[in-house]
Amino acid sequence: MTMASPEISPAAGGAPPSGGTSRIAARARLEEALLPSLVALLVAAIVGDALIVSFGQAPAAVFRLLLDGTWGNSYGFGQVLYKATTLTFTGLAIAFALRAGLFNIGAESQLAAGGFTAAVVGLSLPPGLPWIVMLPVYVAAAALGGGIVGGVAGELKSRFGAHEVITTIMLNFIVLALLSYLTSTYLKVPETLHTTEIRSGAVPRLADFFEPFHGSAANLVIVVAALSCATAWWYLFRTRRGFELRAVGLQPEAAEYAGVRPGAVWTRAMAISGAIAGVGGLNFVLGYKHYYEEGFAGGAGFLGIAVALVGGTHPLGVALAALLFATISQGGLAVNALVPKQFVEVLQAVVIIAVAVSVPEVRRLLRARRRNA
Amino acid sequence: MAVLLFLAQTLRIAIPYLFAAAGGVVSERAGLIGLTLEGYMLGGAFAAALGSYYGHSAWFGVLAGVLGGALLAVVYGVSAIRFRADQVVVGIAINLLAIGVTRFFLRLAFGSSSNSPRVTGFGGEQSGNGFTALVANPMIWLGLIVIPLVAWMLYRTPFGLRVRAVGEHPAAATSVGVPVTRVRYTAVILSGVLAGLGGVYLVLDQHQFTDQMTAGRGFIALAATIFGRWDPSRVGVACLLFAAAETLQIQLQGAQLVPSQFVEMIPYLLTIIALAGVVGRAVPPAALGRAPE
Repeated sequence: MTMASPEISPAAGGAPPSGGTSRIAARARLEEALLPSLVALLVAAIVGDALIVSFGQAPAAVFRLLLDGTWGNSYGFGQVLYKATTLTFTGLAIAFALRAGLFNIGAESQLAAGGFTAAVVGLSLPPGLPWIVMLPVYVAAAALGGGIVGGVAGELKSRFGAHEVITTIMLNFIVLALLSYLTSTYLKVPETLHTTEIRSGAVPRLADFFEPFHGSAANLVIVVAALSCATAWWYLFRTRRGFELRAVGLQPEAAEYAGVRPGAVWTRAMAISGAIAGVGGLNFVLGYKHYYEEGFAGGAGFLGIAVALVGGTHPLGVALAALLFATISQGGLAVNALVPKQFVEVLQAVVIIAVAVSVPEVRRLLRARRRNA
Repeated sequence: MAVLLFLAQTLRIAIPYLFAAAGGVVSERAGLIGLTLEGYMLGGAFAAALGSYYGHSAWFGVLAGVLGGALLAVVYGVSAIRFRADQVVVGIAINLLAIGVTRFFLRLAFGSSSNSPRVTGFGGEQSGNGFTALVANPMIWLGLIVIPLVAWMLYRTPFGLRVRAVGEHPAAATSVGVPVTRVRYTAVILSGVLAGLGGVYLVLDQHQFTDQMTAGRGFIALAATIFGRWDPSRVGVACLLFAAAETLQIQLQGAQLVPSQFVEMIPYLLTIIALAGVVGRAVPPAALGRAPE
């Protein structure tokens, strides 16, 4: 096996069963990737029903209202697309790091840092520059902000062996406190938590092209999200660097034996992961409010963990999972009249636990069945 | 007087850290990552509010809070031990679950999205500088002895020996007949009880539950667990240190010497420095985060 053969793509969750033809292996891989998510959704539906009944409502009516308020009208759908955009970035960031065998719990602060650096650049620009020219500048600024935060965690791991789960959690608190200090000391509009308005390069809303979206926050950053997914896929599965990254993720010792330096890969993977999350900050800062506001990340960095897992750590899966979780989030608002919207927060947590539980369990059951067959 | 006031306030801030960090030590020494402390505290706090409100007694609050923390710990334990789910993923999800569940039931039980009604605490009203209330509060005394108790349990009892064995080398523990699974379940539930008590303290001290009232205290306790290198007495000192820094910041607020955000960073920065090994490397229990074969 040579290092640079890009055709070799290891299974999403472990080695394919030995002795099978490639079609059986592909089917096994698909089963292992899809079944846990389906099991998780089933469990979530049951728990959701129980919560709805505990509030004295009929599940069918609540779920119908949830669908009507999200995919059933263009405003609701626009809001779903807006929320899915941020979640795609954080989910993709976490999935990318997971492919290198790293758990990036820091997407929350990387997202905030990206939004912050983009806002700082935006506030220092003369007003009225066209967005199409400015967008690459903003993307670079946001990627830099998030990338530094991610890169620090990567470097702490590769240089000192500090576990990235703990350092990224600690960095969340440190970075958010730092951003809070910088915002409140230098940039804040008095009596608010946000900066003054950015007057250069605001990204157009989707409603500018398609009137029914009117009022929803969906904007063209969604195109950047789609491009990021495509680029991440190409990097992971079609480049030598991506191959090295996945090799380190599957088996760092073996990769090192084959001539890859895991430390360098870890730092790079965390920096890129942080950069992806950082670019997500543009969705709020440039696409929606046109200012940086403390706390705008609002948990999207943690929900990104669910998005990455339900999406099977594959860029396409991540985009679909982001739509799913955005639908649940927006759906909570739609059903608030019948059931407290907090019930969707419970559902999201249940989905994560159910996926985490069913990934190893489903794999074990499938393998046992194949052995017996 | 100023010194006494400083000590009293440090103690009040440190008590929830001491409870939760004691839970963190027990859980992590048995090999289960303590990312869930924040969730246990929040669950314990809400359950304590329910218990004290409907039972009209602070002791019912304590009992309910212990159960609340333990319940979340059972969810974590079953997922991570029985189903061998990834501890980091489930840990994060337990925290999200605690936030969602407490908010949902806050609406269901008290019809509010922000706080519970006033609940019975220990020692009646807060008055003056609060010394009387401090001494009259059994949760303070319990909080003070919880770290020594855990140290004794871990180093002086057969169960503690088993916990340490299970966290360092589960296969070796199995080979000498230690029931690894049972020890891990016991340890994780105990950690839920201990961290839950941290939440109980908050509710009984403030006489009400408010949404997300733990405000990251579980993560400070986790930081103390790591900064104290998983050793109870050092972890206790770390909790007191973090609390003292916070007290200093509160008392110096008028002086504007250091922005509050920089004081907030102290526990987290120290933890990263400890993990990076600048001054004596912090090495976690060997089997932390792994499901034994």
